[in-house]
Amino acid sequence: MTKVNVYVTLRESVVDPQGIAAKEALQTLGFNEVQNVRIGKLIELELDGSAAAIEGRVTEMCEKLLINQVIEDYRFEIGEVAGQ
Amino acid sequence: MKFAVLTFPGSSCDLDMFHAINDIVKADVECLWHTEVDLSLFDAVLIPTGAAYGDYLRPGALAKSSSVISQLQEFAASGKPVLGVGNGFQILVEAGLLPGAFLMNTSLKFRSGQAKLSVQNAETIFTSEYETGQEITLPFAHAYGNYYVDAETLAQLKDNKRIVFTYVDGNEDGSTDAIAGVLNEQGNVLGMMPLPERAVEAIIGGTDGLPLFQSILKNGSEQHVSQA
Amino acid sequence: MSAKHEPTAQQIKEEKLYLQLGMTEEEYERACSMIGRLPNYTETGLFSAMWSEHCSYKSSKPILRKFPTEGTRVLQGPGEGAGIVDIGDNQAVVFKLESHNSPSAIEPFIGAATGAGGIIRDVFSMGARPVALVNSMRFGDLTDARDRYLFEEAVAGIASYGNIIGIPTIAGEVQFDNSYSKRPLVNAMAVGLLNHEDIQKGVASGAGNTVMYVGAKTGRDGINGATMSSAEVKVEEKAELPVMQAGDPYLEKLLMEACLELVKSDALIGIQDMGAAGLTSSSAEMASKAGYGVEMNLDLVPQREEGMTPYEMMLSESQERMLVVVKQGREQEIIDLFTKYGLEAVAIGKVTDDKMLRLFHKGEVVTEVSADALAEDAPVYHKKSEEPAYFKEYQKMEDDEPSVESLKETLIALLQRPTIASKEWVYNQFDTQARTNTVVAPGSSSGVIRVRGTNKGLAMTADCNSRYIYLDPEMGGKIAVAEAARNLVCSGAEPIAATDCLNFGSPDKPEVFWQIEKSADGISEACRTLNAPIIGGNVSMSNEVNGVPVYPTPTIGMVGIVHNLVDVTTTVFKQAGDQIYLIGETATEFGGSELQQMLDGTISGKAPAIDLEVEARRQQELLSAIQGGLVQSATDLSEGGLAIALCEKAFGAEGLGADVKVTGSAVSALFSETQSRFLVTVKAENTKAFEKEVASAVTIGVVTDTGKIVIKDEAGDSLIDGTVEEFQSAWKGAIPCLLNCEG
Repeated sequence: MTKVNVYVTLRESVVDPQGIAAKEALQTLGFNEVQNVRIGKLIELELDGSAAAIEGRVTEMCEKLLINQVIEDYRFEIGEVAGQ
Repeated sequence: MKFAVLTFPGSSCDLDMFHAINDIVKADVECLWHTEVDLSLFDAVLIPTGAAYGDYLRPGALAKSSSVISQLQEFAASGKPVLGVGNGFQILVEAGLLPGAFLMNTSLKFRSGQAKLSVQNAETIFTSEYETGQEITLPFAHAYGNYYVDAETLAQLKDNKRIVFTYVDGNEDGSTDAIAGVLNEQGNVLGMMPLPERAVEAIIGGTDGLPLFQSILKNGSEQHVSQA
Repeated sequence: MSAKHEPTAQQIKEEKLYLQLGMTEEEYERACSMIGRLPNYTETGLFSAMWSEHCSYKSSKPILRKFPTEGTRVLQGPGEGAGIVDIGDNQAVVFKLESHNSPSAIEPFIGAATGAGGIIRDVFSMGARPVALVNSMRFGDLTDARDRYLFEEAVAGIASYGNIIGIPTIAGEVQFDNSYSKRPLVNAMAVGLLNHEDIQKGVASGAGNTVMYVGAKTGRDGINGATMSSAEVKVEEKAELPVMQAGDPYLEKLLMEACLELVKSDALIGIQDMGAAGLTSSSAEMASKAGYGVEMNLDLVPQREEGMTPYEMMLSESQERMLVVVKQGREQEIIDLFTKYGLEAVAIGKVTDDKMLRLFHKGEVVTEVSADALAEDAPVYHKKSEEPAYFKEYQKMEDDEPSVESLKETLIALLQRPTIASKEWVYNQFDTQARTNTVVAPGSSSGVIRVRGTNKGLAMTADCNSRYIYLDPEMGGKIAVAEAARNLVCSGAEPIAATDCLNFGSPDKPEVFWQIEKSADGISEACRTLNAPIIGGNVSMSNEVNGVPVYPTPTIGMVGIVHNLVDVTTTVFKQAGDQIYLIGETATEFGGSELQQMLDGTISGKAPAIDLEVEARRQQELLSAIQGGLVQSATDLSEGGLAIALCEKAFGAEGLGADVKVTGSAVSALFSETQSRFLVTVKAENTKAFEKEVASAVTIGVVTDTGKIVIKDEAGDSLIDGTVEEFQSAWKGAIPCLLNCEG
């Protein structure tokens, strides 16, 4: 079993209303050092199959379904093979 | 002319669309469960609002996994009318039939109410029963009503008069250029966040949505006649 | 008979471990003698859950017996998932109001959302399609950050569930008082429609028939939820938080569609929601109601987590699950039906004729107890009741009129009180029009939907003024019912039945129990007089923060029938020139009023008085005037009195205003909260006929097209003079401002 973490973020040019709200809330709480907040999501995949093929397959999964390239960017990390 | 209402799991407002067409517009219509569909038997496809697949991942995204999507893409390519409202619009965008993407409302809250719209282009098969510049009021209900396109796409939409409806006085959810409804390049696929099927009877809040369905029916029937 | 790491039956007894599970010593002894031996850990858990207040109503049973539950229209009274009332044409309406207070105090979004999910399941488990939602909520007064958070999140949660599942929320009420600070009340009501032949019951009958589990898998969430909901919130301690049961409205939508298809099948014997105490309550209750037993193999229960014990499986409150009993041999049809919706249906047991609940796990019998013992034989407590000292004191007080400096400033300040202010901020988050049957959306006296295919409508509302109930529970109880009925009548509906959600503090406090008793007396009498039997409800006790109970809040949900949709009437003015009538005399009654709370920061004195005979007569007269087509707009007078009602009639009526003359002392005329009053408008040509119909109606002015509200006294001197716009912006802006302006 291979674990892959896909990190999804909004593209730079896209306004993130959630991030703005969180930034303002943090500043209200006194965290004045906060300059910017961008909120994304983490998708955890557990995969069968050979490690060699994984990169291409995950890229395909991202572009076909998991992310919307009009508004989102992504990157992923392939983790250690987890023991059963 | 025969309408199909496409029902995905979670498309909770399929019957709203069905009743609008069947009871009020009085045209032939059928609700189709997404896995049991032969679109070639129909002349127009309506994708209702609701929360297909629970709005999980991104609203409209998981519908892409349904086998009906490739049929829908063929149907659209054939030039027959496809209308997606609310969540149906989001599905059309995710399926690549319309440009853009959806962000959360700027209020970060689900919002419902009555939206004042301006008909930007009355020369489409969906809007010929309106007049360009006409102001209409339609209900809306969505959390991801914030339609986004980049500057380049926006310019294309404008050049080709593909922006069909815009919000008048108040674009509270933050849509690019106050866009409420857009057309595909061919002019036969319309997506809109306001819900015309909820405005076809005075008793439930107005009739401003009725001309939209009448336009499809009229243009569809005429086309039918000319092809015959 | 027990899993290895669990305490033995002997240990449970010796170390009194049942106390931790919420059972008293007497209850434990009772359980032991009923089964003739010491219960093991799983069995002790089952008794503790089934004998909790939430499942057994052990403290409230004597109270609930007071309620009138029968009527010519009632098809199903209390005791099932929800009550059923006939509405003619072979159709019936199914509804119930339920609380989800404790979970909402801990995690408001999930708590409120799953509250909506649970009540929706109760309605479709009866075979009815849910067609509308109503809610009733209470929060602290929004000056505290935690209370603002609870309010915002609970509203978002309850909205989210209804919106995603696609059932419109068409009515509701939200009130604010610091009595509810950090202990919100979140009550949700679902209303469904069915044809008589589709009525289902939660019964497991016919030995040999198959018990099936459908819906979501079982996890460790919400274990001991039933016992928890009977516990108070302790703010000071960082209490160990139980795992919250998260809701999945999408899955419930699929489950609902599958179940509504299932009820058309003749293979179905019985169906019940796995609500509080999950698999335990559904199996024991279904068996007990039918006079049969149930045997289940827990190894077959679909599980989301590994290594779950029988105790955990039986007490899990994972959401979106149902237990169904089907005819033996018909299992595959059921499996196929659920598979179409992507859902699991698994045969996990069978109906037996020995009236036992018998559970197997890994080849061993892990539970063997009488289903009746669990479901029916919980102890019933007649709690001690004692009239609190404050009551006598308040009853001795005179009805004083508060003095205010400026009437207009007072009106504006009242309009900004969150309880009175526009709730647009709340209901704009609800999809109010899904299913395209909504005739009157939130914002009027009650919500109204049409019944498709007929000319009828259903009006619905939820109401409770807990300040009156605190001051005088019996009077307040009557008022809660009367107000609900008034709201329906103002919309053109005839009230047909009611549901109650009794939100109180701990019944172990004699003064709280007295409040429960007295308010139930008032509710019962009003339901009888106003012909609205109680067809079901829910009890939520121990709503306390640090030992202080919230105001007694027995919320009343009520449904009425609109016989002809042309009768539908709303609050707002319709046209200039219409006469404005006040129905009912005004006395000086400020005990528990919004004005008193605003000026004194607290409430005292007598609650407003109500004469139910007068109330019933006025409601009948007004309804018949509405049905006669004589009324343009109608609203009842509630919090804030006449001045507030007049403003609300002008808000949203574009360009219209009012010119009104009042008699008597100005403060009472404008702000007193005397009961059984209405404000209606009538077209000039209908005034004669209207006056004949409604004996106590007095004309007080006229609708104008000035966009101003002008109120004068008898001498013609101005009391209040302002634009509708200035009043409306105060009213509309108040809640957003309270949420955003405070640090």
